[in-house]
Amino acid sequence: MSEVPIPPHRRRAHTSTRDLERYAGLFAERTTVMRSSAMRDLMAITARPEVISLAGGLPDTSTFPPKSFAAQMTRIAQESAAEALQYGPTEGFEETKDCIVEVMGAEGMLVDPHDVIVTTGGQQAIDLVAKTLVDPGDVVICEAPTYPGAVPVFCSYQAEVIQVECDEDGMRVDELERLLETLRAEGKRPKFVYTVPTFQNPAGVTMSLARRQRLVELARLHELLVVEDNPYGLLRYGGETLPPLYQLDGGDFVIYIGTFSKILSPGIRLGWAVAPPPVMEKIVLGKQASDLCTSTLTQYFVREYFAEGRWRQYVEDLVELYRARRDTMLAALAEHFPAAATWTEPQGGLFIWATLPEYIDTGDLLAKALRADVAFVPGQAAYIDERGRNSMRLNFSGVDEGEIREGIRRIGAVIAEQVELYEALTGERAVPAQPEQAETNVLPFRKAGEAGG
Amino acid sequence: MKVAVLKGGRSLERGVSLRSGARVEDALERLGHEAIALDVGGDLVKRLVAERPDVAFVAMHGVGGEDGTAQELLEILGIPFTGPGAAACARCMDKSQAKSAIREAGLPTPDWFAFSQTAFRELGAADALSRLEQGLGFPLVVKPSRGGSSLGVKFAGSAGEVPQALVSAFSYDDRVLLERFVEGRELAVSVLGEEALPVVEAIPTGGDSYDFEARYEIGRTRFVCPAELSGEQSAAVTEAALATYRTLGCSGFARVDLILADDGPQVLEANAIPGLTDTSLLPQAAEAAGMSFERLVERILELALEPVAA
Repeated sequence: MSEVPIPPHRRRAHTSTRDLERYAGLFAERTTVMRSSAMRDLMAITARPEVISLAGGLPDTSTFPPKSFAAQMTRIAQESAAEALQYGPTEGFEETKDCIVEVMGAEGMLVDPHDVIVTTGGQQAIDLVAKTLVDPGDVVICEAPTYPGAVPVFCSYQAEVIQVECDEDGMRVDELERLLETLRAEGKRPKFVYTVPTFQNPAGVTMSLARRQRLVELARLHELLVVEDNPYGLLRYGGETLPPLYQLDGGDFVIYIGTFSKILSPGIRLGWAVAPPPVMEKIVLGKQASDLCTSTLTQYFVREYFAEGRWRQYVEDLVELYRARRDTMLAALAEHFPAAATWTEPQGGLFIWATLPEYIDTGDLLAKALRADVAFVPGQAAYIDERGRNSMRLNFSGVDEGEIREGIRRIGAVIAEQVELYEALTGERAVPAQPEQAETNVLPFRKAGEAGG
Repeated sequence: MKVAVLKGGRSLERGVSLRSGARVEDALERLGHEAIALDVGGDLVKRLVAERPDVAFVAMHGVGGEDGTAQELLEILGIPFTGPGAAACARCMDKSQAKSAIREAGLPTPDWFAFSQTAFRELGAADALSRLEQGLGFPLVVKPSRGGSSLGVKFAGSAGEVPQALVSAFSYDDRVLLERFVEGRELAVSVLGEEALPVVEAIPTGGDSYDFEARYEIGRTRFVCPAELSGEQSAAVTEAALATYRTLGCSGFARVDLILADDGPQVLEANAIPGLTDTSLLPQAAEAAGMSFERLVERILELALEPVAA
């Protein structure tokens, strides 16, 4: 061994398992409910460059013109360097809120800027709402399947999460109603219902007008808060625009969460929440404790960008781009997925939710798909229980049409192998039993080969 | 010394491997060695030739790293490396091969049948399934023949659950095992050189003991080292592990997983390159033997550089 002086460490070293145990004794109880598993490791591999990843939820930022990005940033540097590099108000700048009012106005919502807080992405808004409302053991209701990124938030506040099934018209509000009665009988008052009513992540479905109206009524009746997470509302590729819950309710029982991530950039980490004043007061305190204020620099960027007045055109460009990608994916699904598979046909947003025969575990399928250099999100990620094991979330916004076709072709090929194998094993030329499917998969899906659009 | 740490790669266990590798690099630097981190890819040979390390520390897990592929290359390049040689790695990785060797050596391992996908697809092996199931009894365990950690391992409680479990297992490998389920205590014996380290016992903390995923999550499984065993039990388990290690031709280190049933130990498998993360079993066992992680890494290097008596 050479006697070289010990170099400085790049990483902190955990020298023994005892260290880990020593820390483990210090961990808060809420950390024990956070998930960690072999599947998470598997998801890490989807980032390999040669993998066509339909797993992400990424908007396509390559279409944002670099020239105007450069011009805006230069203007900030020349005209407001000192302010843009300084702290800002916890609630966010008035100018940012004006942009938010404009975005919400584009979806038909009238909002008082005083009810708005600018957050570090929509994700922080979810976190702040939960932080404000949830004590350990409190009931939080969300959709089944739900946004995979919301589950760890609710879990970290030790909520008891109950999921209500979705079908093609979004959350089953009738089922929610029954659940609320049951909870009332048990003496439990749910803190809020979390929903992505429009182009839902992950299912791609949109809540019908009748259900929206009923949900808002229920909120009033039960004095229950509804958290409407609406990242995709402006990304509509077809069908009729529906009023957001916030608009139907007028903001009494609906807390609204929005974001610039899907209409401008997720990298700027800029989102917002709108809440009734008493709730907002607490949210602001929570935000102060979390990070004092949202990035002033990116707020300046948004301000400059909106001043140019081109934002709606950019959203329209994105809509054109994503509509074509959605259509490509739907066509590829019809061509390459087996007859027993079903999927949703979203009128907007970024995702398609596909369901395979029950004997296919999409977690295991992902391992096989990764060998073919293609990835998706296994459905299990969208449930807190064992459901969703034969479903998958497919993203069509983040990759180009050629990759979408090739990605779906590859996934179709690995599914076909599993179907063929299962049939060989069971001796069935199996179209799996329909009645069974109808009971377990509440989302009714279109069959492969049927007309789409 | 200049030590190339091989990690990552295309394996499904890339994540664990990167953690093992990072920890080894830290230890090597603290020991005063020059650690060269190599995330294994298409340029591996080129980089090894350019770097000319004195020794390679293989911290790769799963198919592509633990199965002898990288080891073969290292043997061809004449670079000494840690852990078992290419042939032993290949034997350990393939559970059906390993079990055959273990049984031939007269060591106890649960009854099993191994199949390739072709057998089912083209030769109608499905017709033989019910006979096998009767022979093995339920529940039985379905595993990919080559695969690491718990990926693709499923219990089948009844005949109806077998096809689905097979479809899952075949997602990871073209060959699968149906294995008799043996009830008992789950033990792991790490072998370093020719020496067995203290036995580790994995105790599931409540919940479903048939859930394999749980075994690899902190908080869902408790590890006790040294395991509370009688002198007789400990001797039997250690003996079986060492015999397995020798039978499979391992050198350097390896970890043997066993079940301690009422009538003695049953060998499940050997891992040619056990995990080296801060929650892995080999470092825990070494620590129970009074060996720090640095000392463990140092010892593994020494073993790699020892002249091989084969």
